[in-house]
Amino acid sequence: MGTKEVLLYELAHARTGDKGNRINISVIAYRQEDYPLLAAQVTEERVAERFAYRRPTQVKRYLLPRLGAMNFVIDDVLDGGVNDSLNLDMHGKTLSFHLLGMTVRCE
Amino acid sequence: MDNLLIGCGAGFSGDRLDAAPPVVRTLIASGKPAALMFEMLAERTLAAAQLRRQVDPAAGYEPSLKDELRPVLADCLRHGIVIVGNFGAANPEGAAQAIGELARELGLDTPRIGIVGGDDLSDSRGRELLRACLPEGGFDESSFVCANVYQGAFAIADAIRNGAQIVVTGRVADPSLALGPAIAHFGWTPSDLDSLAGATMAGHLLECGAQVTGGYFADPGKKDVPNMHDIGFPIAEIFADGRCIVTKAADTGGLVDPRSVKEQLLYELHDPSAYITPDVVADITEAEVRELGVNRVMLSGVRGHPRTPTLKANVFFDNGWLGEAEISYAGPNARARAELAIDIIRKRLGGGLSLRFDLIGLVSIMGDDAGTLLAHAPGGEMPDVRVRVAGRHNEESMIDLLQREVTALWTGGPAGGGGVRTAKRRRLRLQSCLVPRDAAPASFVMLS
Repeated sequence: MGTKEVLLYELAHARTGDKGNRINISVIAYRQEDYPLLAAQVTEERVAERFAYRRPTQVKRYLLPRLGAMNFVIDDVLDGGVNDSLNLDMHGKTLSFHLLGMTVRCE
Repeated sequence: MDNLLIGCGAGFSGDRLDAAPPVVRTLIASGKPAALMFEMLAERTLAAAQLRRQVDPAAGYEPSLKDELRPVLADCLRHGIVIVGNFGAANPEGAAQAIGELARELGLDTPRIGIVGGDDLSDSRGRELLRACLPEGGFDESSFVCANVYQGAFAIADAIRNGAQIVVTGRVADPSLALGPAIAHFGWTPSDLDSLAGATMAGHLLECGAQVTGGYFADPGKKDVPNMHDIGFPIAEIFADGRCIVTKAADTGGLVDPRSVKEQLLYELHDPSAYITPDVVADITEAEVRELGVNRVMLSGVRGHPRTPTLKANVFFDNGWLGEAEISYAGPNARARAELAIDIIRKRLGGGLSLRFDLIGLVSIMGDDAGTLLAHAPGGEMPDVRVRVAGRHNEESMIDLLQREVTALWTGGPAGGGGVRTAKRRRLRLQSCLVPRDAAPASFVMLS
């Protein structure tokens, strides 16, 4: 059996929240059995890479296996945060779907 | 002891005015003890309210307060449903008086209204405290706008225990709006850690209104939500041990299922083992989300740790102005004309103010202020593209100039430019710090 590349969007859903110039993005497996695969592949490094052009100063991941979820806390990607940014989406609310656009490999 | 139902009537300032009545009808039909919360105070909402109050001392509370409460006030008072809201914003006493007026307009007996204070640190004593708590040199008196500390649930509970039918607050932690009535109902103390933490997370699930009932969630074909146009607002049934069942107003659209509950549980959360509020430190690492039935989801297993000795304060400083202006181009070669428009603005405004450019339809959201992503966007035709220019400057006159220059593209820019819109607003810089809890005590008074 070969592996195939699929969008994270196919396996998980996500939501962004913001506080100041810090956002969190939850990534939640639709199926509990996919959680180990997500935990193995959706790493701090890959998420940092996904947002590299926004120059995050830190990406921290928290694992919540009982919820089949991960929580990413990403610092300084809002160009100053809700009160400072020139971005149309000053809260970064749309960024969850940017994250879901990354790919993961599965069986 | 009976469980307590807490409904949510609004999840932000400007939320839908028809959301609360179905919630209140459902609470009444349950026959159980109940409360209704209104969360209407995002970080920047309070700063904006403070600015309004600086212009008009009678203003500064939630502008839609009377419109929100008019359809539900009589029913809540009649059925003993306590209303708790941070709609006091920068002027809780003004809000309390407005609610008193509304009751008179509706021909109701004068309600007992509690006012929770102690959050506003904008006066000279508060500024002295902030000076000591912000990093060295972090407090700039000349640009200081306002500061509020996050107060907690116990002052809300005290007001309710003293007979308040309505509790008006300024800045309190959002989940405390739900925890306050729960403390008053169950008689919890600060050492009932797991109960406080569980009800805090229930409040967290409720605080954004429709965000736990299918709002900010629906994704056609992937996460379908029935009757989104009529989405019902949430209700949490709180148990004495802090567990809760999340449900929603009867006969409404939307959904409550484990997916929507998990998304909201983690919303604006950082370390899941330490969700810090003024009341408790909640830990959801062992929490469980379980579907009990249609639109019924239980949250259990939340653990509590003792509250911290500090409270978080948000301090706002004046930070000049933000201006935006947009213009559209369509049809053959639209993209090249849009890019020419950007080039003209860049050259006309020079380095006079920091600018951001977006091509709406190509890159407008995912990019950063420096335009890194836009610079690397693939080429190709765009038959319908909108240029957005955003800029910041300390002087309002420079923002007016930005707007004037984009407007002048109508006659002096590329061919076929149309649909110019402009907007501007003051910018505020937010700095957060921790203040010792006993330096900023919460209190409540009853409106006399």
